[in-house]
Amino acid sequence: MGLSLMDKAVEIKNLTVKYPLSEKFALSDISFSIFKKEMVGIIGPTGAGKTTLCLCMKGLIPHMIPVRMDGFVKIFGIDTRESSVPELSRKVGLVLDDPEAQLTQLTVEEEVALGLENLGLEPSEIRERVREALSLVGLEGFEDRAPIDLSGGQQQRLAIASVIAMYPEILILDEPTSNLDPVGKEEVFETLYKLKKEKEITIIVVEHEIERLAEFTDKIAVLYDGRLVMMDTPKKIFNLVEELNSINERVPQVTELSYNLRKRNPKLFAEELPITLSEAFNEYSEIVEGGL
Amino acid sequence: MSNNTVIEVKDLIFKYNEYVTALKGVSCEIKRGIVTAIIGQNGSGKTTLVKHFNGLLKPTKGIVLVDGKDTREYKIKELVSKVGYVFQNPTHQLFNTNIEDEIAFGLRNLGVPEDEIKKRVEEAIKLFKLEQFKGRHPLRLSYPFRKMLAIASVYAMQPEVLILDEPTVAQDWVGYKLIRNLILDLRKRGRTIVVVTHDMMLVSEVADSCIVMKDGKIIAHEKPEDLFVDDEILKMAHLKPPQVTQLASFLHNINSNIPRNILTIKQMEEVLLSYITH
Repeated sequence: MGLSLMDKAVEIKNLTVKYPLSEKFALSDISFSIFKKEMVGIIGPTGAGKTTLCLCMKGLIPHMIPVRMDGFVKIFGIDTRESSVPELSRKVGLVLDDPEAQLTQLTVEEEVALGLENLGLEPSEIRERVREALSLVGLEGFEDRAPIDLSGGQQQRLAIASVIAMYPEILILDEPTSNLDPVGKEEVFETLYKLKKEKEITIIVVEHEIERLAEFTDKIAVLYDGRLVMMDTPKKIFNLVEELNSINERVPQVTELSYNLRKRNPKLFAEELPITLSEAFNEYSEIVEGGL
Repeated sequence: MSNNTVIEVKDLIFKYNEYVTALKGVSCEIKRGIVTAIIGQNGSGKTTLVKHFNGLLKPTKGIVLVDGKDTREYKIKELVSKVGYVFQNPTHQLFNTNIEDEIAFGLRNLGVPEDEIKKRVEEAIKLFKLEQFKGRHPLRLSYPFRKMLAIASVYAMQPEVLILDEPTVAQDWVGYKLIRNLILDLRKRGRTIVVVTHDMMLVSEVADSCIVMKDGKIIAHEKPEDLFVDDEILKMAHLKPPQVTQLASFLHNINSNIPRNILTIKQMEEVLLSYITH
């Protein structure tokens, strides 16, 4: 089956962005495509341009934030310049890294319903979607609580619920698990995976949780200093240990361990390093059972 | 209370209002000169507990002693110079118009002489890699740098006890290492550090002791190497050990010579080395 143009959820070509008061380019000549139903992780050090890229894919750049922008961003084949923020917001959902900044309502239920009311949905449909979204993020029973009184992690899950309730076709999340406990982080990634599988949503996630990215994503894009330096499968990317370390990115713990051991015995993992816990377990269980 | 205890909490109950009881009878001791991690599920009361350590919150019932004295009897100035708290959300803490004044603010309140303030501000800006933002409004910094600024401004006050609430959130690898090394360095200098965190890698690298909370109570107080093999507590508190510890645990099940309580990549390397070199 060939991929037609319409299979591209996001197409970015020669994207260059400069903020008015900055001498540096926030993004320089970025080109890549994300296909429908893909889950793509974006990594890179602070200041690499990850959040700016999210704002471009959501259309807030250039519509709401005055910048100099060259090149183009197409969402399902339509140039964001020729679209509008309301039109784009039906297709693209964005969850920001500071959840509190996104919460405005007096109760959890109203918070999730707000965007749906703006879409002009029937009350019964709104109720059903609020219920579904809160259950997806594990906040059932919190309907009447005040968002401002929730814990940091609960606020983060509420922000995600408010966006997924709008059934976006593309969901962009800027560090969605940063305030969550370890099990909560895992639950968010499992929720994203479920959304991708069941609702065929395209997911783009900026994260420092690389152990989870290695497990769940189809592709990883690495940004550094406003440029896209690599984009490939997590297996290929996390095997580039030295390249990642040189731009101050780390690799999953099991990959670093295996990389270090390969230095002691080059016969080990000669083809490729394990990048997930289950891959590592398979490799090492043979080694510790019988020796090499 | 022994002399190596800096904070002592006895039967602490705290209610935000008549419906929400955040702490339901908490007792613990924070030892001097070590790193104590406070961990556990979202909403379990971690932040509420540490806000009692510097008097931001006062007990509904029970008592909190700092150096043997009830937090209710301290003058604010006296307590904040002893115990510094860095908020989870930096935006809650930043309100000056440029980063230099932000860092200097606490020092001015403590009555530190101006030339000393200048020195400490410079030092903090350098240590936390904020040089590029000199003169900038704190709220115009991106989230990770705002967080660094919040830590810098409390660090500059040189409190005896430093409480960091989720310090590594949103930090990249450079930021993570900076914070980790800062904690290790302060410990070396004999300071007491309390870190509230979900970052189990940070716990494995810096914590001497872990207080585990669930539903407003402490359910365990143990060393990280014991906690990370304590399956029952881990499950109750929504915790997962670092990936390398999980690997050790799996491998232990098929070869009991592999210890379960591995904390770091380095330790795991040492253990596996004998299996890969013959």
